[in-house]
Amino acid sequence: MQYQSQSVAKLYFIAAIGLFVGQILFGLIIGLQYLMGDFMFPEIPFNVARMTHTNLLIVWLLFGFMGAAYYLVPEEAERELESPLLAKLMFWIFLVAGALTVLGYLLVPYSGLAQMTANSLMPTMGREFLEQPTITKIGIVVVALAFLYNIGMTILKGRKTVVNLVLLIGLAGLAVLFLFAFYNPANVVLDKFFWWWVVHLWVEGVWELILGSILAFVLIKTTGVDREVIEKWLYVIIAMTLITGIIGTGHHYYWIGTPEYWQWWGSIFSAMEPIPFFMMTVFAFNMVNKRRRNHPNKAAVLWALGTATMAFLGAGVWGFLHTLSPVNFYTHGTQITAAHGHMAFYGAYVMIVLTIISYAMPILRGRQAANSNRSQVLEMWSFWLMTVSIVFITLFLTAAGILQVYLQRFSDTAMPFMVVQDKIALFYWLRELTGVIFLIGLVVYIASFFVGNDEPEASVEPTAE
Amino acid sequence: MLFLALSFDSVSALPERDNRQNLTETVAQGKILWEENNCIGCHTLLGEGAYFAPELGNAYHRLGGEAGIIGFIKSRPKDGIPGRRSMPQFNFSDEELQAIAEFLKYVSEINTANWPPNIQG
Repeated sequence: MQYQSQSVAKLYFIAAIGLFVGQILFGLIIGLQYLMGDFMFPEIPFNVARMTHTNLLIVWLLFGFMGAAYYLVPEEAERELESPLLAKLMFWIFLVAGALTVLGYLLVPYSGLAQMTANSLMPTMGREFLEQPTITKIGIVVVALAFLYNIGMTILKGRKTVVNLVLLIGLAGLAVLFLFAFYNPANVVLDKFFWWWVVHLWVEGVWELILGSILAFVLIKTTGVDREVIEKWLYVIIAMTLITGIIGTGHHYYWIGTPEYWQWWGSIFSAMEPIPFFMMTVFAFNMVNKRRRNHPNKAAVLWALGTATMAFLGAGVWGFLHTLSPVNFYTHGTQITAAHGHMAFYGAYVMIVLTIISYAMPILRGRQAANSNRSQVLEMWSFWLMTVSIVFITLFLTAAGILQVYLQRFSDTAMPFMVVQDKIALFYWLRELTGVIFLIGLVVYIASFFVGNDEPEASVEPTAE
Repeated sequence: MLFLALSFDSVSALPERDNRQNLTETVAQGKILWEENNCIGCHTLLGEGAYFAPELGNAYHRLGGEAGIIGFIKSRPKDGIPGRRSMPQFNFSDEELQAIAEFLKYVSEINTANWPPNIQG
């Protein structure tokens, strides 16, 4: 570790992994509720378990992004973090606020939580992914501002690189767009219209900048390819992301009361959204092929290539599958959407966080560059278990979705929602079993932190040059 | 910039499409109830939400008007249905039930470019 203050990242990474476990456990609960509708009912109804599943995901990814920033920004800016103390303080505030919110979800009926937190003063609750009580949302803004100040000052006073500037733009965009979470008009169409400014412009906009810059950082470090080359790629990728992703928001404006011209704008621009993801895949494989050294942390390189591939498949290919408006007319709000959501989030955001953790954690734990061979082998096993599981989860949900679309919307004798759900239960069973394998992969992942710690670091074979 | 221009144009075009003339106090109260009970955690509304329970943008038509909606919500068993998915019993007052029903009626009258494809949602 080059700078002492980078060590705050470790706290963030540990919390991220802990919450990841919670997210997967709740995923298994709701997967089972799809099949056994009365499972845990009425104590933990589906809506509660689902928002716990999705909110834990968002929070742990945010922990991961913040940890990534605290790790890479000092190294890029070539100076210590502006305030390590502030970073630690914000960590505990964010963790406690997050824990209280989740406990609130689980222990109090949601309407009771709304009352306790005075939602009526400024109603922001009860919208998908933005279920947090208003007070928690204000807390998120405070933590985000303190975080941006800390990172921003470090960069401003230090060396400015493309990597840390792109990261800063992404993080600043994340904070600014979140402010639309506080806009909740009674008019459903307006509410939905600006709700997407948070949700879409996060995951198909500014989060991609964060993804790109973390990936670029890890590739610079592990391949030894010239920074100039990697920075040029990053420029082109983020330009394409913004060109396609911003108007690509239009693919959410087909059927929510907005004008029909969005069917054209949304279809055309979001059809191009796979391009930056494909460029990312080409970029990562190219850089690794042109590497000037073999990095001993093979697991980190595997995650980097994995995220570049799976982001393209999940976000790019599975997104394209249902983004054209004539297709989306039938698939909108079905298991097809769920299939895309699972692979896209895993491929783009789960894997990039695991990439930076894989690269940084050995160093944060006092290694020179990498874990022992034994630990890396286990970590790579977890990579394959989790990645193959998510591929199959996505395939099963896609199959369920195609059947659902046909039986419920396309066939001449359309059947009611619940009848169709029974007919596609087989695929829900397969998805649930695959989910158990994913959990095993996650356990293996965590185990990799505890094995081979007393063994020497993995060594590098001589370069192929 | 283009996105902002299109957004501005959309927001200007909304009064023709978003059924705002029927956005009464009761409808607004219904939306708050919709939110404070996290209905979106199981259902979709105009296709957005969770995919565990039926689409509700057209529930007004599918369930047979306000009376149908109210009757359905009211009749949910407190302890669920063995082995099956069931909507929780929320113990709404008559006034609250009316507000939810009017909210769903208002949503059903939004111009959604003919989505969903059929009554099943």
